[in-house]
Amino acid sequence: MRFFGEPLEFEKQAGIGSPVWRGRAASGAELQAFAVAAHRNGGRIATLWGEDCRQAGEGFSLHVAFGLDIGHAWLSLDLPAERPAYPDLAGIFPAANRMQRATRDLVGVAHEGGDQRPWLRHDAWPADWFPLRHDSGEGRGFANAPSDYDFVQIGGEGAHEIPVGPIHAGIIEPGHFRFSVIGERVLRLEQRLGYQHKGVEKLFIGRNLAEGARLAGRVSGDSTCAYAWAYAAAVEAACGVSPPPRALGLRALMLERERVANHLGDLGALGNDAALAFGFSQFMRLKEDWLRLNARVFGHRFMMDRILPGGVALDLDAPALSAVVEQSEALARDVKELRKIYDEHAGLQDRFATTGAIDSALVRELSLTGLAARASGLVLDGRAHRQGFTPPPPWTMLGVRPASDERGDVAARAAVRFAEIFESLRLLREIAVGLPDGAVRVDVPPLAGASGLGVVEGWRGEVLVGVALDGEGKLARVHPHDPSWQAWPALEHAVMKDIVPDFPLINKSFNLSYSGHDL
Amino acid sequence: MIPMLRRILRSGILTEPPPQAVAEEQRELARLGGEILRILGRALTIRQVDAGSCNGCELEIHALNNPYYNLEGYGIKFVASPRHADMLLVTGPVTKNMEHALKVAWDCTPDPKLVVAAGDCGCTGGVFGESYASCGAVEKVIPVDVRVPGCPPTPLALLRGILAAVRRD
Repeated sequence: MRFFGEPLEFEKQAGIGSPVWRGRAASGAELQAFAVAAHRNGGRIATLWGEDCRQAGEGFSLHVAFGLDIGHAWLSLDLPAERPAYPDLAGIFPAANRMQRATRDLVGVAHEGGDQRPWLRHDAWPADWFPLRHDSGEGRGFANAPSDYDFVQIGGEGAHEIPVGPIHAGIIEPGHFRFSVIGERVLRLEQRLGYQHKGVEKLFIGRNLAEGARLAGRVSGDSTCAYAWAYAAAVEAACGVSPPPRALGLRALMLERERVANHLGDLGALGNDAALAFGFSQFMRLKEDWLRLNARVFGHRFMMDRILPGGVALDLDAPALSAVVEQSEALARDVKELRKIYDEHAGLQDRFATTGAIDSALVRELSLTGLAARASGLVLDGRAHRQGFTPPPPWTMLGVRPASDERGDVAARAAVRFAEIFESLRLLREIAVGLPDGAVRVDVPPLAGASGLGVVEGWRGEVLVGVALDGEGKLARVHPHDPSWQAWPALEHAVMKDIVPDFPLINKSFNLSYSGHDL
Repeated sequence: MIPMLRRILRSGILTEPPPQAVAEEQRELARLGGEILRILGRALTIRQVDAGSCNGCELEIHALNNPYYNLEGYGIKFVASPRHADMLLVTGPVTKNMEHALKVAWDCTPDPKLVVAAGDCGCTGGVFGESYASCGAVEKVIPVDVRVPGCPPTPLALLRGILAAVRRD
């Protein structure tokens, strides 16, 4: 298989997961040429990571996954051990900027030129020490000094800066936002993230497949099902195993329940940020009912550790499935009523409409996926059919209708959440009623030296997990990728020209993951 | 406005008793509520600090403000600054990149102050443990009064932990 008339040969990844084509670039120039062609043809950068392969007698590898119309193209580039460097891709795909800097910080595989500021590395470890290299040791005992960061400065009369964070004024994850403002108007926002960096990728190295699943489910707690599924899909693709149909149905049930739970919470919080406490208490009440049924049916309020390589950890009996169906029907009625109230509430719509707008051209340029992209007119959903793309089972037969909106503002992101709740509730009923019989799990014998990429449409957007096994079938490298990598820069654009007090509302309308990004 | 009022009336007061709670949980919630009111009789202010969690704990801390647990109804409030807080509710593991900020927040909290470490990671380091990037448990960085284990701890467990910290005082 070839793409865009480029000379690179791609081969389809085995298994029934989301379609992925694998290829190898012979040189940095070939990688760069392919990136240019992908960009010209409307592709996006999905993820980028580095790998230390010196133990196997090789050098380093750079892996880049591109999102194309028909699925993902996963391109790898071998780099020499003595000088692992490749040409900067951020000039082609701006979203590559932070991924490249993180790859340099963690693996020491560096981009040449472009933005060379550190990203995930603050000052807790030295610049010439790389945690994901096999010979780097534990890395304890480095002095940990508070570090400075080279923010872009805005000059001119009346311009000043507002630093916010890392600890924010609420129950939120930490990160630093530097606003440059004139009066109340935001001229520029620059983020500095990495405060949540807890060394997740290093922890994966040397673990067995089951331990890896537990860790993958804790990359970003609000997306535990999406990560656990993406990890399982990557392992299954690598080891040539297909989970049974009933397991796929149950995974979809959990993923959609996760989507609904998060959307309910966000709609409540959006009401709250616009001073409509009514919305907060109503939606949070519905969310609590939803989580309690999770606890009753799945044994955990967020369904952690229920999706495993090879299938799922539990089965649902008929009463449990009918409880899911009943709750879906009841919730649809409640949310319909609340949507009408939100739509007709002048004060709320006044805060939502035109606030934090981004357009579809920007969304494409920033390689954005998921809810925020769909709210700006980019109809892209890994569960839905599109021209040239057939979603993996169980979505194939479910006919998922992706929500979308053209406005790109807070109002649009709220509207897409409403629409997605209704669609998920429809899917939940359909999946629960049509759940195939049979086993819920098969064995996954680890295949030494194998690798795979898993892709799942989480509630925020596209979650990817790359997995490589070592010679003993243990995890040699796992790279989880959160859609927030692409969406954080979009937030920087969304607040421009709005006023500072609108930032909490705009931020909430994206509700991005810090932990999933900082790893 | 009218549909909103109608909806509010129809929703009723959910706090006592929560309609779909398990009976035992419901009793426990009522008991805890009574005790909190007796001990505090006024107000407790909490500054929540996420020092490196996966954000799972934050979801449950948020739930404390929903109508079922109705934390504010007991006079317990989350505040925006540690300078206004009686208690720090800290989730972890404490990352190396948050170590400094957590210490500053602790320094800024006026005495006498309470610290509750929430979640398995806050209590012990959890799945993330100690590493080049993680200091592990909250108590490795600041003194801790009460630990609330769980991955993540349920809202009820968090309520119990907050109460346990106040009882020690």
